[in-house]
Amino acid sequence: MKVLDRVGRATIDLLEYAGGITTLAGESGSFMMRMRIRFIETINQCYFLGVQSISIVILTSLFTGMVISLESAVQAVQFGIGSLVGGAVAFASVRELGPMLTAVVVAGRVGSAIAAEIGSMVVTEQIEALTSMGLEPTRFLVVPRLLAMLVMLPLLTIFADVVSIAGGMWIAQTYAHISSDSFIASARQAIGFEDIVKGLVKSLVFAVIIALVGAYQGLSTRGGAAGVGKATTGAVVISIIMIFVSNFALSFVLFGGH
Amino acid sequence: MAAIVARLDGVSLQYGERVILRNCSLDIVEGAITCIIGLSGAGKSTILRLIDGLRRPDAGHVYLREHDICHMPERELNEIRRKVSLSFQFAALLDSLTVGENVALPLREHTRLHDDAIRKIVLDALESVGLGSTYDNMPSELSGGMLKRAGFARAIVTRPELVLYDEPTTGLDPIVTHLITDTIVRLRNKLNGTAVVISHDLQSIYMMADYVAMLFEGAIIAYGTVDEIRTSSNPLVQQFLEGSEVGPIPI
Repeated sequence: MKVLDRVGRATIDLLEYAGGITTLAGESGSFMMRMRIRFIETINQCYFLGVQSISIVILTSLFTGMVISLESAVQAVQFGIGSLVGGAVAFASVRELGPMLTAVVVAGRVGSAIAAEIGSMVVTEQIEALTSMGLEPTRFLVVPRLLAMLVMLPLLTIFADVVSIAGGMWIAQTYAHISSDSFIASARQAIGFEDIVKGLVKSLVFAVIIALVGAYQGLSTRGGAAGVGKATTGAVVISIIMIFVSNFALSFVLFGGH
Repeated sequence: MAAIVARLDGVSLQYGERVILRNCSLDIVEGAITCIIGLSGAGKSTILRLIDGLRRPDAGHVYLREHDICHMPERELNEIRRKVSLSFQFAALLDSLTVGENVALPLREHTRLHDDAIRKIVLDALESVGLGSTYDNMPSELSGGMLKRAGFARAIVTRPELVLYDEPTTGLDPIVTHLITDTIVRLRNKLNGTAVVISHDLQSIYMMADYVAMLFEGAIIAYGTVDEIRTSSNPLVQQFLEGSEVGPIPI
């Protein structure tokens, strides 16, 4: 009976969480449709959530592109297919690793920051103060962060794609002596505009996940500093899991195994 | 007969297994300062949150003027809330905004006033609590007493009918306590409004209260003027006012 009890409780918690996120998404969407947006705060959040994430996105995407190239280039040359390395790096970067790794890195930095900021506002009664003044916390706090993520994550993803391919090209040239012309020609043949767009569609979904999970975790914070820590950790863990799961689903739907 | 600004009518509320209020009724008289006293954790702050619509009771009704706010949709409640302000125990200023921006927030969000007009009103509100020079300071740069007064300024900037003060003097030295108490009285007179104050500071209560209500075990067990409460024959009230460990209140 204890096992059944636990399964039941876990199911209820999961459904409650899903319901909470869905409600938050609905409320945020409703404010955005009615253009009830705090534009200056949204621009500030674009800077904080997006621009300030550029350096870590560059580092992770650069080394990712470089390692794909390092693993594939030398062996590809041995098998006489060195001209395909550019395609392999570009294919992996644009369709999968660019959107997903950017989202994972941003979830670590931004998702945790959103949860910690909103969570500490909850425990210091700042959220109650907003409600008491007749201001909606969702419009005031969640919408600017969600919009900023929707704008900045696709831009960061494009940035990551370019840096990853450039890093891969440099390694291919240095270690496998594959010319940049051959690398670029292969990359252009392997990916099309459609692949880039689909990668960006993924990043939009990941942006929604990071912003809403971070905000929901923050708004659900209970207790003091320990509660904020728990909310922050939860935001990162849940966002990353959801990013991986949705990435598989999106790849299946968008690329369909092609 | 004085009008009633807010009324709790047979309100019950519990958090999980813990009963906070049990069939609690209280009238807040227009133009008066009503102080609510009681043991720590008795549910005094919950009463303020019920009046402001931040909590909904499990049973009973909460009225603001003639409006029953218990089942009111949030959007409608937000309109009503503009006539009521809650000053939080730790001020609850948004720490990402300056003191001036905090006080200006309700005006910026709810009115179409020009920036210059808002600044003038905000400075006036800050000056009325003795903080005219803190407009550009961050909340983290203020002392505890200054933070509370900045919270007062934000609470009164829209000139509400009813201001709710949650433990405004807790943790402050006697001089700042006196200053805060005096500020509450002055603000009530300036706004010609009504105030509800939660406090444990009896001297402060005797100085400002028109009416005192004592909350015990989820219900109002005594209500009256300061003199009526001080001379109450209720042993619970007497033990509380004397601060004695001996008596019917379980420690």
